[in-house]
Amino acid sequence: MSDQVTDNTVNITVDGRPVKARKGEMIIRVTDANDVYVPRFCYHEKLPIAANCRMCLVEVEKAPKPLPACATPVAEGMVIHTKSPKAIAAQRSVMEFLLINHPLDCPICDQGGECELQDLAVGFGRDISRYNERKRVVKDKNIGPLVSTDMTRCIHCTRCVRFGQDIAGFPEMGTTGRGEHNEIGTYIEKSIDHELSGNIIDLCPVGALNSKPFRFRARSWEMTQQPLVSPHDGLGSNLFGHVLRGKLMRVVPRQNDAINETWISDRDRFSYEGVYSADRLTAPMLREHGQWKQVDWQTALNAVAAGIKAAPRDSLGFLASPSATVEEFTLLSRMASGLSCANIDHRLRQSDFSGDAEDATQPSLGLSIASVDELQALLVVGSNLRHEIPLLASRVRKAAVGGGAKVSFINPARFEYLFPVASYSVASPAQQLTELSALLAAATDATAPVGVTVEQRHLDVVASLKSAERKAIWLGALAVRHPAYASLRSLAAALAAATGATLGVLAEGANAAGAHLAGVLPGRVAGGAAAATVGLNARAMLEKSLHSYVLMGVEPVADSLVPGAAAALAGAQFVVALTPYASEELKAAAHVLLPIGSFAESSGTYVNLEGEWQSFPGVAQPVGESRPAWKVLRVLGNLLGLQGFEQQSSEDVRADLRALLDASAGQASVSVSAPRVAAVATDAHVVDVPMYQIDAVVRRATSLQATRDGQAASMQGVA
Amino acid sequence: MSDATSKISLLTEHTRHEIDGWVARFPEGKQRSAVLSALRFVQEQNDGFLTPDLMEAVAEYLSLPPIQVFEVASFYSMFETHPCGRHHVSVCTNISCMLNGSDGVVAYVEKKLGIKTGESTADGRIFLKREEECLAACTGAPMMMVDHHFYEHLTPESIDRVLDELK
Repeated sequence: MSDQVTDNTVNITVDGRPVKARKGEMIIRVTDANDVYVPRFCYHEKLPIAANCRMCLVEVEKAPKPLPACATPVAEGMVIHTKSPKAIAAQRSVMEFLLINHPLDCPICDQGGECELQDLAVGFGRDISRYNERKRVVKDKNIGPLVSTDMTRCIHCTRCVRFGQDIAGFPEMGTTGRGEHNEIGTYIEKSIDHELSGNIIDLCPVGALNSKPFRFRARSWEMTQQPLVSPHDGLGSNLFGHVLRGKLMRVVPRQNDAINETWISDRDRFSYEGVYSADRLTAPMLREHGQWKQVDWQTALNAVAAGIKAAPRDSLGFLASPSATVEEFTLLSRMASGLSCANIDHRLRQSDFSGDAEDATQPSLGLSIASVDELQALLVVGSNLRHEIPLLASRVRKAAVGGGAKVSFINPARFEYLFPVASYSVASPAQQLTELSALLAAATDATAPVGVTVEQRHLDVVASLKSAERKAIWLGALAVRHPAYASLRSLAAALAAATGATLGVLAEGANAAGAHLAGVLPGRVAGGAAAATVGLNARAMLEKSLHSYVLMGVEPVADSLVPGAAAALAGAQFVVALTPYASEELKAAAHVLLPIGSFAESSGTYVNLEGEWQSFPGVAQPVGESRPAWKVLRVLGNLLGLQGFEQQSSEDVRADLRALLDASAGQASVSVSAPRVAAVATDAHVVDVPMYQIDAVVRRATSLQATRDGQAASMQGVA
Repeated sequence: MSDATSKISLLTEHTRHEIDGWVARFPEGKQRSAVLSALRFVQEQNDGFLTPDLMEAVAEYLSLPPIQVFEVASFYSMFETHPCGRHHVSVCTNISCMLNGSDGVVAYVEKKLGIKTGESTADGRIFLKREEECLAACTGAPMMMVDHHFYEHLTPESIDRVLDELK
């Protein structure tokens, strides 16, 4: 804040200290900014103000009564005392009222040790209560498999209610009844199904709403807190892992206003259960004469090296999960190129690869995540956005509700969005091309191609894009899976150019950008340059058998959409799977299983869709004899006699790739060629993979599978 | 919400017409303001009480999340969210009425109807509300309210007359 006094600045005094503040700002924001602590329960910086807990009462000179700091705007010359006898007395009295009905069951409450009420009771509570009457009891509600309730502990701050209303977009909880009978709940017992619902656990300042999977598992003070990054979508939400004796006990958000603010999706919060699934692979395994047996690492690695050496170079395939780390991608791509093999890919669910040569250096949103809030017009093509990247959908909602952004969709099915949608066309893959052609014709005032009619709705969408200052066009995961993705993208790119919008590609996985940079693509080498020979893409590798496969973190049948994947693998001479899980699918196909660290067990780096590199440590002990995949690849590289596998740490690997990228900086940007339309069968469809089926960890997260979205998970093709 | 699960048809045409009238009194997009009136008509349509289905129908009709209708219905004492008799009888027991013998009125009504406060008669005719706050008729204490009509200066005879007339 500048020292210059403008019309918007007021001078106030806080606890005897002169402070400048923005006119109309609430007192509590000013005290927070100046490190003066005011106790609070209902106030939360990301939620609208309710002023119903009264804990933040402060003394303001000339005001007859103490005023709530969260709902009192500052004014010129205001003199505020946060710790005067009057303020303290008011805060103590509120505390006494709040504790009247609160059960003192801290020893059996999961919130104990990290409870705002407990903390403030120590600071402001009396050591004895003057209240001798019966405490009220509120029946607990069953609101689904993720959030546990102990509603007697509720102090009615309504943070959970306001979260549903203003952040999630659909209030599922409310305050019913009056006075003594006032309760927080859903009225009719029902599950809370929103994909961000777990955030009410963090918001609840007491132990009324807690994590159900974590219930009674550990005490907050026993665990250590370590930073993590979400392994499920390209946003790269910042997380904290809470670890007890080497085991990941739970995941909570790590505030980063540029990415996830204070929120995380339920998928990020509860997927950790999948880390400890029953089918976890705990030791290397070798299949001999159809029998699986445990072996030591040396035996297994020798068998793998021998298997890979025996494979003809043009019939060896490398497949990696799009959520592997930059370090793993770098070493895998180095291994493939060391073996002069170009058959390497991570785009397991893509079906059209004809536009590969025009791929951007890395799939990207094209703008910063935070600036999504400010968008004025957005066209989303082929995305079940709330399921693909829940927090990005929440930012779009902010732009639509808060900023009145015009958001339009072209999707294969009707997906529910909890914000005003300017235009929504339900279109089959073939119709999607027609729709985009119509938009392009409208945007360029060109004659529409044969079979395409420009209607008013097309003109409206184009007008909304053209008239906006900040605008974008996004291709979602359903667009990337489109049978003619290259055509779809060329049309979208031309439309973006014609309207001045930024084109973004919401590629699947936590690290699709990292995979592109590290050269885990058949047509690219590490650093992003084009490969001399173009290898087989993921679909080609899975459509018909290769001699040998190296799978990293991939369960090809569940992770791809190629119908013949299981048969292709079964027909191979040699399959090695670096995997955290001994799934039935892999046991049927593989010859060697090497146990690698799952989510939170390996250090590494993810590059998100705004191009941000985020590194994280391995926070949990890998289960059994599992090792971080980058270490396994490094040893394997040495056994194969390849160059460039001498790194001592994941940081060294990352530095290797960084050096490559710096050297190749300034490479010619790839431009998408003129718009074209490939023929698409009218009955072609795109598969919308359910949000709790997208990767191996999530598929094993039992509580997420028990949710309504998890239950409805049978893979269904949409239109 | 898909048509297959639509509950709007639970609202009678008359109720819908009345709700439309109330919605029209508020600016566009402020239809939430009509919840209170809408619930009044729906309760009348259903002989004196609301059901979860009916409240969801109101939510759907007004394009509101159902919880916002539940909140209103459970907050106000004039809405019943459990099955009860069709005529609502509330005896005021606040200070003025209490000083003028409302305890006796309650005892007399309970004895006459054979039910306790909070209960309904077996024939579904009369529902005796548990408690009623001051209805601002202190000059006529003791008083009771029957289906929104006030009856003041109550005596056993006048109570008999009022209650016996209820069909």
